Order: sequence, then structure tokens, then C-alpha cells
Amino acid sequence: MPGAPMLRVTGLTKSFSSGPDRVSVLRGVDFSLCPGERVALTGESGSGKSTLLHLIAGLDQPDSGDIRFGDEAVSAMSDAARAAFRRDRLGLVFQQFNLIPSLSVADNLAFQSRLAGRQDNAWHAELIERLGLGHLQKRYPEQLSGGQQQRVAIGRALAVKPLLLLADEPTGNLDEATADEVLALASDLVRRTGCGFLMVTHSDRLAATLDRQVHLRAGLIH
Amino acid sequence: MSASRLTRRAFAAGLLAASLGSRRASAQGFAGLGGEAGGFAPVVPGRKLIFPQDHGPHPDFRIEWWYLTANLKDAAGNAYGVQWTLFRQAMAPGPQREGWDNQQIWMAHAAATSATAHRFAEKFARGGIGQAGVTAQPFVAFIDNWALRGDVAMAAATLSPLDVTAAGKDFSYALRLTSDHDLVLQGEQGYSRKSERGQASYYYSQPYFTAQGTLTLDGKPVEVSGVAWMDREWSSQPLASDQTGWDWLSLHLGSGEKVMLFRLRQKDGGAYFAGNWIGTDGRSQQLAPDAIALEPLGFTEIGQRSLPTRWRVQLRSHGLTVETKPLNPQAFMATSFAYWEGPISFEGDQTGVGYLEMTGY
Amino acid sequence: MSRALWILAVLLSHWRRHPMQFATLLIGLISATALWSGVQALNAQARSSYDRAAAALGGNRTAMLVSPDGNAFPQQLFVDLRRAGWPVSPVVEGSARIGTRSLRLLGIEPLSLPIEASAAPALGTADLQSFVLSPGATLLSPQTLRELELHDGDTPEISSSAKLPPLKAQAELAPGVLVVDIGAAQRLLDMPGRVSRLLVGSKDIGARAPLQQVVGDRLQLVQPEAETDLERLTDSFHLNLTAFGLLSFLVGLFIVNSAIGLAFEQRRPMLRTLRACGASARLLNGVMIVELTLIALAAGLIGLVCGYFIAATLLPDVAASLRGLYGAQIPGELSLKPQWWFTGIAISIIGTLGAASASLIKAARMPLLAAAQAYPWQQAQQRWLLLQGGGALLIFIIGLVLLWRGDSLVAGFAVLAAILLGAALGLPAILALALAAGERGARGPLTTWFWADSRLQLSGLSLALMALLLALGVNVGVGTMVESFSRTFDRWLDGRLAAEIYLNAANDQQAAEIKTWLKTRPEVRAILPGARAEVKLQDFPTELIGFADDATYRTNWPLLEHTADVWDRVATGEAALVSEQLSRRLHLSIGDHVTVPTDRGPWPLQVVAIYADYGNPRGQLGVAFNGLIKHFPDVAQTRFGLRVDPAQVPQLVEALRDRYQLGERSLADQATLKAVSKQIFSRTFAVTTALNAFTLGIAGVALLTSLLTLGQSRLPQLAPLWAIGLTRRRLAFVELMKTLAMAAITALLALPLGLLVAWCLIAVVNVKAFGWRLPFEVFPLELLKLLGVALLASLVAAALPILKLLRMQPAQLVKVFADER
Repeated sequence: MPGAPMLRVTGLTKSFSSGPDRVSVLRGVDFSLCPGERVALTGESGSGKSTLLHLIAGLDQPDSGDIRFGDEAVSAMSDAARAAFRRDRLGLVFQQFNLIPSLSVADNLAFQSRLAGRQDNAWHAELIERLGLGHLQKRYPEQLSGGQQQRVAIGRALAVKPLLLLADEPTGNLDEATADEVLALASDLVRRTGCGFLMVTHSDRLAATLDRQVHLRAGLIH
Repeated sequence: MSASRLTRRAFAAGLLAASLGSRRASAQGFAGLGGEAGGFAPVVPGRKLIFPQDHGPHPDFRIEWWYLTANLKDAAGNAYGVQWTLFRQAMAPGPQREGWDNQQIWMAHAAATSATAHRFAEKFARGGIGQAGVTAQPFVAFIDNWALRGDVAMAAATLSPLDVTAAGKDFSYALRLTSDHDLVLQGEQGYSRKSERGQASYYYSQPYFTAQGTLTLDGKPVEVSGVAWMDREWSSQPLASDQTGWDWLSLHLGSGEKVMLFRLRQKDGGAYFAGNWIGTDGRSQQLAPDAIALEPLGFTEIGQRSLPTRWRVQLRSHGLTVETKPLNPQAFMATSFAYWEGPISFEGDQTGVGYLEMTGY
Repeated sequence: MSRALWILAVLLSHWRRHPMQFATLLIGLISATALWSGVQALNAQARSSYDRAAAALGGNRTAMLVSPDGNAFPQQLFVDLRRAGWPVSPVVEGSARIGTRSLRLLGIEPLSLPIEASAAPALGTADLQSFVLSPGATLLSPQTLRELELHDGDTPEISSSAKLPPLKAQAELAPGVLVVDIGAAQRLLDMPGRVSRLLVGSKDIGARAPLQQVVGDRLQLVQPEAETDLERLTDSFHLNLTAFGLLSFLVGLFIVNSAIGLAFEQRRPMLRTLRACGASARLLNGVMIVELTLIALAAGLIGLVCGYFIAATLLPDVAASLRGLYGAQIPGELSLKPQWWFTGIAISIIGTLGAASASLIKAARMPLLAAAQAYPWQQAQQRWLLLQGGGALLIFIIGLVLLWRGDSLVAGFAVLAAILLGAALGLPAILALALAAGERGARGPLTTWFWADSRLQLSGLSLALMALLLALGVNVGVGTMVESFSRTFDRWLDGRLAAEIYLNAANDQQAAEIKTWLKTRPEVRAILPGARAEVKLQDFPTELIGFADDATYRTNWPLLEHTADVWDRVATGEAALVSEQLSRRLHLSIGDHVTVPTDRGPWPLQVVAIYADYGNPRGQLGVAFNGLIKHFPDVAQTRFGLRVDPAQVPQLVEALRDRYQLGERSLADQATLKAVSKQIFSRTFAVTTALNAFTLGIAGVALLTSLLTLGQSRLPQLAPLWAIGLTRRRLAFVELMKTLAMAAITALLALPLGLLVAWCLIAVVNVKAFGWRLPFEVFPLELLKLLGVALLASLVAAALPILKLLRMQPAQLVKVFADER
């Protein structure tokens, strides 16, 4: 892939307390991602892949190590700065669809871009069209199927035109056919925007569809 | 608003037609002074004033006052002014009723002025119960603890000697007034015309008082002495209905002569002038209206009002031109009926001191 | 800014999807604000009329000069003082009767009246000349004018058959006062040349001669008082109102707290998403506070309007009680100051933020990532129960200390508050124990689940149950007190009003005529003369009543404690009966001595009995009639009671009325008097009872809303049971039973709590507030009735969620598994 990495992770460690013990989840992870690159992060349950994703998104803070996004050290940011970072640079998609139940599909989709203060109506319309949500705009999340909800979530993440899309098992709650369809759509749109894409998945089959696969085992990248 | 402020020569027939709460006079002429005399005794020319009887009250007339002003100095040469006024007003004509039913209302103003301070107080009282009143013999005019009292040796013809006392929150004074000149009848043998249409009052003065006593301003007593001027006036309807206020001056000329003059302002911008020239022999001579000229030279802003506190006074018939200036331009009486009254000094053809009163501004 | 607005819109969208929850929040806030501000409006209204009455022309807000014996004095003293530099103004005071209405007649001198004494500024703008000069004017409040059914310009006759000057309404005057010029007043009251007192102005301070030098010892200076007699006397009444207002406010806030708490739980995922999408924690919390403030503002406004109506509805009763008990005149129309609206809104906002503080703190501390493992609710609940139970215990201990050490009405209410708060906090722990006991005793799997699941629900329902407990407890307490009072009062009135007819002649001469005539009537068995005098004992306003030595009193007059020879001793004129209020106030018991200042010097009396004197804010001493006349030779001897054959009462009353033109107030039979007395008291408690009913209603709403909101979140717990094979009908029934069981346990707990509250009201609060204590009685039937009401309220509250469950489509239950949350 061309260019310098836009995301660079070095020596990242993270541990959690579990009862009286501390469990080390990440033990010195080094990882990088270039602009436009699509990477699958795979590993067993408990291998730390979601934790790594959360740390990159600034949802949690590492014990040690460094996360750099361009010139900025995400790991050194304040809460407010990390919130702004997420809002302006990232798109996030989770296994649970994490839509706001009291907002309509259209409002959910436009949500983050409005928060970031850069709403692009033409881009929103294109997203709705490509995600096949045209006839669902006025519905509420609870009235949608799982696949439809995840498409709204992807739309919300991309509406802000992020530099990097982070997805944590985005198809984990979907059946295989729907999963393939949703992922194909996501990949398609990622290519269309030219943003980076990091997806956590336990499916080797889905991982194979991306540019690169990174395997996490026992807290280290292999 | 301008018509709603009272006056000197009057606390007015209108006091009572006016409300007490706002304590503002009515718009009818100046404080109602221009109202009809209806039922009260009329002021007619030719009535001979008799003393001591006329020192006492004339309850058949609507309004009346005992008015004293003094120009004083202390040992260091600092100038002061003192005012003591008692007004009587009848709420209704007819025989005098007993006790609380008595129709007389009394109002008094007292003030003490220096170059830097102007202190004043006012009092109100009902007649009939002994809280305020005037007797001719022995002469005493009083309200609460203020009094203008004749000495046992007082002569009716000179109204001398007198003792005057008054006290407010931040000032008090006690002066003895003496004079060996007889009283002076103003206007035409005491008949003082106030307009072309016959409004008039009975008016006499004692302009020759010398004064001596103690003045206490803001707690500091000083011994003072100087000259004083007393006016007595009563009427039932002294103002015409289109007259809005007046400018009145009393002047103690350096030559020992005295001058009283006033200008009654009209709604249409015109004015009625009158005055008397009083010689050192006590002879009083009426001034012709067209012989008097008054010209404001400087104004003082007090609250919303603009008051002409410096004047040029010309008496053509006597070849006199003087320019007056106030001892304290802030000598405003912010009483229920507000007006400007304070000591002045003047220079020009003659020098001297006096008092200026301005109403209806 | 637009970011904040956008977040606000997202937060508010929650309420759009949960209108019921929003309604709950609003109802809680509105009722809290309404009841609180309603009571405040009543109090403010009463206080402002006391102020007006006091400040108006010679209450005790202005320094005064009075004669040492309180009698009128020559007006020459006024003149002497003015001439000595004293800024005094004379006032003549007396009473005047128009028709049957007795009014206070004040004569003033407007020219000298100190500015600070004229609380009626319109008096100044009144045309002075028309006020002072004949015919003059009589100024009075528009309300009094209406009540008298007279009009501006009327010149009604007053009792002394003189005519008042033409009436003129003045909005600023206190009701029940007639203001005339001093000259007119002297004529009307037949006090020529005399004045009642002099007001001393404080603004016009100049040199003045010493008082002694001017008037000798004929007048003495009375400094202005910060508090009027009326305020002192009515303080307790208002404190009572305030306490109930506060209680309702707290119950309302319970609802607010539970609604906000629930909303927070439901919005937790939304808040996480907002954070994940880039809203900072600070911004989010700030916007949440703004959201709550906006809601509080809206609800506060509605609440204020409701509060206004509550106050307007209760005002007639409050005004009637205050007039009946204390003679205080309160205008019947509410007039509220802007600050009432401001405080109302502020209270609403502060209350909301206070009730939401726990949720707001939780939101601020909320970690961005949800904990992976299941919420250990059991453990958390244990800790929560222990914590609250400990708090309850601590509050009870504080209450006990207050009970033991406290000696004021405020302390009394604090004890009451401690009992209520402690009980509320302790409730979940007690319920948990009861439910655990039920679980241990359960046999079948369903019953075991029944108890266990109730326990799980406890945290969600506890606030509503606490509100129910408080409302019921207070209802039981107040109900018991009111019932105790009304029974005691009835018995007491029977003894107290033993004579068949009570009569008050216009003057001594008429009294003598009436007596002579009555002696000729065969049906009159006895004439009991009476007289009254007023004194102050250690500053406590006290009235002396004179008893004739008659068998009527010996057999009927109810005594709480007495010596064996009580009436013989009283008859000697050396002993007195003491009212309970007075005995408590001056710490007098049987055998003690009390010395009464009289016109003829001090009068030493020994206490031989203590008697109940319900509803009298003043102290009272019962003494021999002859002794009273001897020491107060000037008192009117115009009152007497008549013992008459009951069958002859109506004829005799009619004959007396015809013969002597005696009005309603001068002549009354026993039955009428009793009815009037009871009416006064029922009105006093009408307000309390109404506030009580409101409180119970709010508690019902709290329960309903808690159940409604719980209903939704309980699906995952019910779905498995449904899947195992329980019908929806069966499930609904079990759910209903669970709610009723918890309500029933709560209601049962409320009974002892209520009795404790009643005891506290009777033995602590009433004694401090009014100076008398009632015998404590329990009314089982009333308790059963309330229990029924509580269960009915719970049934109604539970009905809606149960119906929802019954109508639920199986698909929704299935969805629980499909969603697998």
C-alpha cells in the first residue's frame, strides 16, 4: 500500500482486573495502518482484538505504549480531545448496532455528522441510496431488522467522512448472507471515500475479503 | 408639571384642593392660587391696616403668611441665609369651627443656607387644637416647636423685638430681631396688585431688622449677625389663572435703602411687574411696572429643573442697575411644594445682600 | 452551541418515545411545585394581611406613646409633645358595629401621620380636604365594603346610632378596619378631646425635650415590635400548613426522582453512543442539566398555576379558620407578589436538580465501555439495603434525641420528619426481610419465584412504596388526630356550654333591664352572670373569666386536674382555674400561685384546677365573678348564661330578640354556639385533610408510574416463564398479586407508623403549637378503611400495566429471545 502509515501503534499494553487477579490483554502490540488500507483484525475470543480497537478509538486508555494518528498522540489526549477526535476523524460500528432508539433512521444516520458540524446532504442522500435505506428513513430502529440496523450504523459512521472506519464484529449479530451483503456494502463505501478500515472479526472467511489480515494471539500481533 | 410646584407668597389656596399624598399643588394657576375667592373675604383697595391686630391671622381670607429672611455673617466673614415661614390656609370659608373641625391648615418652612450647605425642613398642622397658630397680642406665630415670638417690650408699629427659632434634623437657629424703623406698607398703602385684572393682596413688611443669634449647621454652632426682612401678606385670590409662577427679590442696598420687586410670569410669555422703593426714612414708593427690568444671566440645573439663579436688575426710575449672584445656587426647597429660595449678593450701581425666590419652574 | 442544541434534541427525543414517563416526571414536578407554592401563597396572603393590619395606622410596627393603664388620654398631651419637638400623631381607636358585623374604627390625623405608619398609601392620595372636612369620609377595604353589602357613599349607622361619614373603598386597607378623621372618630366613639395613643414617627428626628419633662408619667413609650400578636398567635397554624406543604413537596420529588432515575437507566446506551460518536462527557452532562432545567421551568410554571388554584380553593377555609380562631382578617382574594412566582420556579428547578443529582452523578461517572459481566444486582441490593437501613436507624436516633431534648414546635416537626423519613428509608430493608421470609416459607416453584422476583423488583418499586408509606402514614396520623380531636371536642363542648342560652347585652343598663325581665319568667331556672377582663401574664395575652358560684359549673365544667374542693375555693376569690395553655406556658400546676395585675393592684391566686380550653390562642384564668368585678370595676357586666327548660328555649330566644333587638352575636342558644364552634374546627382541619388527600393521590400516581415503567423492563423476566408454559392470564394474575402483596405489606407497616405520627402530632406538635393535648385514641374502623383505600389505590395503579401484559402479543415475548440482549 502507498504512503506513510496514518495510524501507528507501538508497544501497547493493557490489563484488566478480574477479581483479585490482573489479566494482561495486550502485551506490547505494534501495528500500523496506511490511508485507504483495509485491514482485518482476527483472533480467538479474549485475544484482545476488541480492546485494541477500543484503545485506537480512544474509548479506553492504554497502560503503556503509544497510539499515533498522523502527528497526534491519541493516548495522551484529554477526554474532551478524544471525544473531538472520534467525532471528527473516526467512524465506529459495533456488534450491537448502537443506534439511538428515540431517533428515526434519517436522524440516526445524520447524527454524528451533525455533531461534528459538517453535514453534507448530497453525501447523506448517496449513503441512503447505496445502503438501500430510502424507504426506511422515517422508521425507528426497533422497527428494523438486524441487517437494516447495521446498515444504518455504517451509514452513520461514514456520513461524517471519517479518515478511519473502525468496526467491531459488525456482522456478529447477522446471518451469513446478510453479513456478506453488509460487509460488501461497507467495503464498497470505504473504497468510495478512500478512508482506512480496521475490522475486528473472528471469521477468517470475511477477513480474507480485506487487503490485509492481522492476527492477534495472547496479546501480541503475529 | 411646572404649574404644579408651589411658591413663596403662597402655600396657596390650592394646597387642599391638591392631594396630600403626592403633596402636589393642582394645575389650576399656581397651586390653585388663581382660583376664585368664592365665599372668602375679598381684597379691596383703601383698607387701612391696623396694628397690632393685623399682625394676627385673618381667617376670613383664604391664605396668609408670616415670612422672614435674613442675610447673616459670622465672625470670620462667612455668609449665611436663614428663612422662616408660616403659612395659613383655610379649607373652607365661614365662621371658625372648634377643635378638629377647624378649617385652617398650617404649613411651615425653615431653612439655613451657607455657601456649601442648604438645609431645610417643613411642618404641617391642623388648626383648632393648639398645635399651630398666631396671636396678635402678645405676638406669637408658632407650629410645633418653631416660633416667631414678640418680646414683652414689642412695639406694634415696629414689630420689634422678635425672637425666631426653628430646628430640623440637621440644622437649627435662634435669632433676635430688632428694628427702630416703622413697618413699611407695600403696594399702594398695603394694597398689592398682582395682575392687571384686580388680583391683589394685603402686604406689609419690616425690612429694617437687624438680626443676631446662633445658627447650627450640621451640628456646628456659629454666632451670626446681619440684616433681616419680614413680609406679611394675606389674600383670598392673589394670582390670575394664567399666571404660572414668579420671581421675587428683596434687596438691602448699601445706601441703607430697600427694594422689593417681583415679576409674575404668564402662560403667554408675558409678565406682570411690581415693586416698591423704600427710602432710608422708611417712605415707600411704588415702582411703575415699566420701570422694572429683570434679565436672567445664568442658570442652575437642579434635578429636571433649570433655574435662573443670576439676574440683572434694572430700576430705570431710580437709575439703578445691579447684577445678583446666589450665595448657594443649590438653595432649592425640595419640600412638598418645591421652589427656590436663597440669599444673594449683588454688585453694580450699589452693592448689598438680599433674598431671591423663584416659583413655578 | 449548535452541537449542544443537537445533543439536547437527541436527549429530548427520548421523552417523545416515552410519553408516559414524561407525564410521570411532569406530574411529579407539577404536583410538588403546586402544593408547595399553594401553601406558600396561603401563608404569604395571611402574613401580608397581618402586616397590613399591624402597620396600618397604629399597629405595633411604629413606636407609640400610650398611657400606662392603656386608657385614652387628653389630646392636649399630643399638642404639648408636638410643641416640644416630638413627631407624634394621634390615633383614636374603638369598635363599631354595622349590622351584625363588628369592625375596628380608627381615627387618624393625616397631616401628622408618620409616613412609615401609613401602610395605606392611597390614604395619602385620598382627597385630604374631603377626608378632613365635614362630612368627611370613611375609608375601608373593598372586600369589607362588599361583605357589608354597602356601596361607596353610603353612610351606615353604627351601634351607638351615630352615622358614619360616607364610605370610600381603599384597596390598601386591611379588611375589617374603618378609617375616619380623628375628629369624626372622637364624635362617633364619644371620646371628645381624648386620644387612644400617639404614633411616634422615626423619620423626622430633631431635637426634642425628654418625655418625662413634657408629660410626666402620664404616657410611656412602647417600642415597635418586630412581630405582632397576631403573628405570634398564628405562627403555629402557618407552621402546620408549611409542614404539610413540605411533605407534599417531598412526595412529589420522590416521583421526580424515580422518573429521572428510570429515564437515566433507559438512556444509558444512548449516552454511551453519544460519547462514542464524539460528544465529550462535560458537554453531555451540561446539556443534561439544561434539559432538566427546561423541564423544571415548564413544569414549575404549570405547577404555579395549579398552586394558585389550590390556594384559591383553600383560601376561604384558611381565612375562615384564621378569623374563627384568631380573629385575623384575611382578604378572600389572592394577591400574589412577583417574588412568589420566582421562588416557585426556583423551588421547582432546585427540587428537580436535587432529585436528579444521583442520576447526574452516575452519568458523569459512567464509564464509556459497558461492563462485560452481568450486573451483580443481588450484591448491590444487599449493600443498598444495608446502607438505607443504617440511615434509617441514624435518623430514628436523631428523632429520639430531639424528642428528649427539644422544646419547640420546630423540634416537634423535626421529630415528625425524623419518624417519617426514617420509616421511608427503612421500608425497603423491612420489605426485603418480609419477602425473604416469604421465600423461605414457599413450597412450589412458582411461589418461590413469586417471592424471589418480588425481591428483584424491590429496588425499582421502593421509591413508589416509600411514597405510599409516607402518604398512608400521614393520613393515618392526621386522621387519628382529627378524629380524636372531634370526639374530645364534642364531649368538651357539652360540658363547657352547659347553659341553654348565652346573652350579651349592649350595655350595663340594658343588661339590668333584661335581668329584671328574666326574673319574671318562670321557665328561667338560673341566670349566670359572666364577665371578662384581659391582662398579660409574663407577656402572654390572657383573659380572665368570672364564674358565678353555681351548680351548673360544679357538675358540668370539664376539668383535667383539680383539687377536691375546687369550686368552693374558687368562690372565695382566692383561687383560680387555669387553662391548659396557660399552665403549660407559665409552668403552673395545682397548688402553685399566680399573681394577676389588675386595676386595683396585684391579685394573688392559687391554682386549684387545670381545664382544657381548646382552640383559644390566649391563656385563660377562671375566677370568681365577684372577685373579678372587685378587681376590674370597669368591666362590662353584660354577659350572662341562662339555665332554661330546654323545651322552652326557642320561645324565650324569640321573645328576647323581639323585646331587646338582640342580634345573632348577642344572643345564641347552646345548639347554635356548638355548631359554630364545630364549624370553626372542621374548617381548621379541612385544609389539613385536603392536603392529605392530595398527598395520597400523588403517592398513587407514583406507584402507577413506577409499575408502568417497570412493566417494560420486566419482559425478559416474564418471557421465560411464559415459554415454560404459564399463560399470559396466569402471569398477569401473579404480577397483580405481587404488586398487591408489596402494597399490602407497606400499608400494614403504615398503620403503626401512622399511629406513631398521630401520637407525635397529639403529644408533641399540638402541645407546642396550640398548648393543649388530646387524649390519644385509636379508631380501628378508620384504619381498616384506609387499608382498603391503599389496596384499592394499588389495584388501580397495577391495573394498567397488567392489562398491557394481558394484551401483549406473543410475538413481543418471543422477541425477548430473538433480541437476546
